[in-house]
Amino acid sequence: MERAPQSPTPSAEYDAPVTLEDAFGPGAPVVVFDRVSLAFDDKVVLEDISFTLILGHTKIFLGASGAGKSTILKLILGLLRPDAGVIWVNGERVDQLREDELMKVRADLGMVFQEGALFDSLTVRENVGYKLFEETDLPLAQVNRRVEEVLGFVGLAEYIDRMPSELSGGQRRRVAIARAMAAKPRIVLYDEPTTGLDPITSITIDEEIIKLRDLENVSSIVVTHQLRDAFYIATHTAVRENGRIRVLPADPKKEKQAEFIMLKEARVVFEGNAAELSASSDTYLRTFLG
Amino acid sequence: MIEQWLKNAFLELQEYLRLCLAFARGVVTRPFYHRDVIEQFDAIGVGSLTVVLLTGMFTGMVLALQSGVTLDQFGARSMVGRLVSASMVKELGPVLTALMVAGRVASGIAAELGSMVVTDQINALRALGTDPVRKLVVPRILAGILMVPVLTVVADSIGMLGGAIITVWQLRVARSVYWNSVVEALYIEDVWMGIIKPFFLGFVIVSIGCHVGLRTRGGTQGVGRATTNAVVAASVAVLAVDFFLTKLMFVMWY
Ligand SMILES: Nc1ncnc2c1ncn2[C@@H]1O[C@H](COP(=O)(O)OP(=O)(O)OP(=O)(O)O)[C@@H](O)[C@H]1O
Ligand SMILES: [Mg+2]
Repeated sequence: MERAPQSPTPSAEYDAPVTLEDAFGPGAPVVVFDRVSLAFDDKVVLEDISFTLILGHTKIFLGASGAGKSTILKLILGLLRPDAGVIWVNGERVDQLREDELMKVRADLGMVFQEGALFDSLTVRENVGYKLFEETDLPLAQVNRRVEEVLGFVGLAEYIDRMPSELSGGQRRRVAIARAMAAKPRIVLYDEPTTGLDPITSITIDEEIIKLRDLENVSSIVVTHQLRDAFYIATHTAVRENGRIRVLPADPKKEKQAEFIMLKEARVVFEGNAAELSASSDTYLRTFLG
Repeated sequence: MIEQWLKNAFLELQEYLRLCLAFARGVVTRPFYHRDVIEQFDAIGVGSLTVVLLTGMFTGMVLALQSGVTLDQFGARSMVGRLVSASMVKELGPVLTALMVAGRVASGIAAELGSMVVTDQINALRALGTDPVRKLVVPRILAGILMVPVLTVVADSIGMLGGAIITVWQLRVARSVYWNSVVEALYIEDVWMGIIKPFFLGFVIVSIGCHVGLRTRGGTQGVGRATTNAVVAASVAVLAVDFFLTKLMFVMWY
């Protein structure tokens, strides 16, 4: 509790998503887990999990199916509550806030759910613009412009009037990413964004994640089974060169801003950057890395 | 065994009451999703019209047919209208309408919300800053509360019309005799009772559908189970609530 960040903007005055730089300055923690534990009935899913996500950095969660990766993302959003421990997001105690207070924290969070979780009664346009349309007073024309912009970003501009059921799995995943970023959140959580997709589509999605992180300074948490995508995200960077966006291999300093966390049986068994992960000699890690 | 069952039942009831409370809060405080309310009025009200019309029509017709035979034994065929209107307005209209709506609407709502739960769409709503109770539950329950009474009046009217058709063409009673007898049987208390009950029944049906839907667990299989449970629970609740309301009104009025 003592090492928790103190927010200069208490929740009562928090109305617009204040930029995190204003609030904390660079290098500040935006998500903090402090000894978090959670059990469903008598099955322990997370035990004593602690980590800190720094503004503009990336955390990549690895672990076998059922290790509790999705659960961590749901805890950050306040969709679940921990049995013990403290969770700070943007300087708010999400483990304690009431549901209506959580809405303010969620305003600065975007989430890409494991299966996309698109609203299947709404079109792609309505899905992507949902938050702006329903939860803000933005004029309709402006909402539409933003929807077209983010759909262009994920390369699905021509699918704007389709229903989710008329999309392929990969397209649905990209629409979910567009929906998560439409309201310009400063933290985006990705739950297995590339699982079950072909390598080409996977790389496109990895690049969206990299672009958001490096060009819009979004702090990211990525959950994945796909080692290749994890390393790609950790070791690449996006730059804007005379108006064109390019994804390049990152320098070692940038590479250190992406940290891997490996979960096994409800606990953290590894924490470190890409180089450290590749160099690790732990047998479990080695089997996981293949 | 029994202890476990009681504990579960108690938990279920607690969750249900919590949903009802959240609904009440959602009605009186903002945000309020107008468009969804209108959509649900259409889905629940207009959507149930056909089935309610058919139910009311056949019920009125069979009532006339049956009471015609019985009343003939006393040479009182001209009283058919009384029996039709009294039974329609007091009991059959409200209860049959509510049961039809329970079958059609409670199942639909449970299936829809249930599949939204198992595909994480409810979580997605919350993550996007929307309270699912305000967005999904409030519009549906409001539509239930207001549309079931309207549907009941429709069923009552069409039932009396159905009764008229049988009475005039089959039983050969004069039209004016039938309608006079219909009106004679309509005591003001009975009419009130027949109008007030559906408000409660509408609330019960839709709130149970929402509750069961939102508590869905266990994938697509769970959705199927939720749908069945919603219809069964809503139908039993309709009959039980109808009994207790009737009892209560008798105590209050007579
Ligand atoms: N609502 C729930 N009720 C009971 N148990 C749950 C619930 N949600 C998750 N679990 C259990 O918690 C554990 C962790 O689930 P979680 O979804 O976080 O796994 P995961 O690491 O994301 O796995 P995957 O890679 O397969 O998505 C699993 O064993 C799961 O069975
Ligand atoms: Mg998962």
